[in-house]
Amino acid sequence: MMPLRTVRVLSGVLLTLWLILPLIPLAIWSFARGWRFPALLPNGWTLQAWDYALSPTSGVVQSLGVTVWIGLCVTVLSVLIGLPAGRALGLYQFRGKPLVHIIILAPLIVPGIAVGLGLQGVFTGLGLTQTVTGVVLVHLIPTLPYMILVMAGVFANYDPRFEDQARSLGASPLQIWWHVTLPAIRPGLIVGALFAFLVSWGQYVLTLLIGGGRVETLPLLLFNFAASGRNDITGAIGMIYILPGVLILLLTDRVVTGRSLVGRL
Amino acid sequence: MSGNRLRPWLLLTPALLVIGGLFGAGLLTGLIRSFNYMPVIGLTRPDLDAYRAVLTDPVFGRSLGVSLYISVVATLLSALIAVPAALLLRRNFAGRGVVSFLFQLNLTVPHLVGALGILYLFSQSGSFARLGFAAGLIARPADFPALVFDPYAIGIILQYVWKEVPFIGLIVLANMQSIGPDYESVARSLGASRMQALTHVLLPLIAPGLTGAAVIVFAFTFGAYEIPLVLGANAPVTLPVLAYRSYTDVDLAARPQAMAMAMVIALLSGLMIALYLRASRGGRI
Repeated sequence: MMPLRTVRVLSGVLLTLWLILPLIPLAIWSFARGWRFPALLPNGWTLQAWDYALSPTSGVVQSLGVTVWIGLCVTVLSVLIGLPAGRALGLYQFRGKPLVHIIILAPLIVPGIAVGLGLQGVFTGLGLTQTVTGVVLVHLIPTLPYMILVMAGVFANYDPRFEDQARSLGASPLQIWWHVTLPAIRPGLIVGALFAFLVSWGQYVLTLLIGGGRVETLPLLLFNFAASGRNDITGAIGMIYILPGVLILLLTDRVVTGRSLVGRL
Repeated sequence: MSGNRLRPWLLLTPALLVIGGLFGAGLLTGLIRSFNYMPVIGLTRPDLDAYRAVLTDPVFGRSLGVSLYISVVATLLSALIAVPAALLLRRNFAGRGVVSFLFQLNLTVPHLVGALGILYLFSQSGSFARLGFAAGLIARPADFPALVFDPYAIGIILQYVWKEVPFIGLIVLANMQSIGPDYESVARSLGASRMQALTHVLLPLIAPGLTGAAVIVFAFTFGAYEIPLVLGANAPVTLPVLAYRSYTDVDLAARPQAMAMAMVIALLSGLMIALYLRASRGGRI
């Protein structure tokens, strides 16, 4: 029998390979000049797909802008709405709390398609379909529960008596918020906000249903290029599409371990 | 005192309004329309025709079957791989930083990108087929086993395993770290073997967290749309793909049926919530 250490190293290597494997063909395709079966590697390398993806004709840059803008709006709204709700759930015991918990958890479990079909009817009546506003609103369904649950966890470990002390020393509500509450909850708030952004960033079917193809976020564009068989451009857009996640990960890694500048600002 | 009792509700009001107004309104509208009730186009007498049509349609039955099959297999496989992966990540070893970084990176990759990656890896002209050709195992793409667009939904399941092993693994790992090594040490000092400490002490302790994560994965895989759209067979399609197809059908009569399917999906995921709550309640010691 193999020693346990060898088994560990081997499974670690296998796991690593498996985790990056699906990203490799996408990355290669984005630089490939002709890559037909059965070639293991492309015939040549080129930046054409990237050139095209970044040119105005492909629509990728506009789409990137729309996707970022939607993500930012969704994040700000999630923070504004989710932070007080998280405070209520984390700090208070009250009658009806279990029910509130279920209501907030429900959108995490019930799939977007089950809600989106009905919601499209509602939004059509309100003139919100095919608008960025409509897409921002519908993204709140999956992002808000995450935000609230993260903030509830943060406030469960928060001592509100510091606020009372500040108040007794004559601090205004705004001063209390800025100098007492915010510094205490900042790391959790950043994680929650980045999470909300990423959840919005990954939405496909809700955007498709409410945006009606008019609001073309990056995943919709990516799917269209993939469906038209342009593997090279699909690869380039795919790489652009995962970039914010990588950046956010590097950032949160720092926040969580407390080494970040963001955490100290 | 009464001000204090009102306070949490005041804080919750915006969130409950938004969730109720969007999620609730979406579900309710779907429910009403699934009863063939839509006064705007002259449908004023609610009935159960859509449900009757959907529930007796063999196409729906096959879709429900394939969706349940995919979710069960993907959830079980992900959980089975995630627990040993978490056990591995709990220890110190060379390269642990890399593996845990990749674990987290994978969480941030949108599902659609993962699905396309799996497509380019496992299709009949994909990377593995090319390796098979280079090794002399196959002579042409058609010789390569159908792993995507296939009746067993292998490509879809592979994508879910790829995405959900890190998801479950990180939740279980966080669980293990908050439990700490003490319980296992006690068991070991009382003469338990390594394996016994794992199966009789650690696994029962992480079971609630694992179940909770597995329920979320099950519900997600059951309701996902774009992954089966990219990797799934043409027939039978998964239930969400079928619902979307009926919804966008040129025949408007299919719309109430799409709504009925959406309600079936919502109902089944409602059962998941009940399970999840039971699991998380069991976690309170």
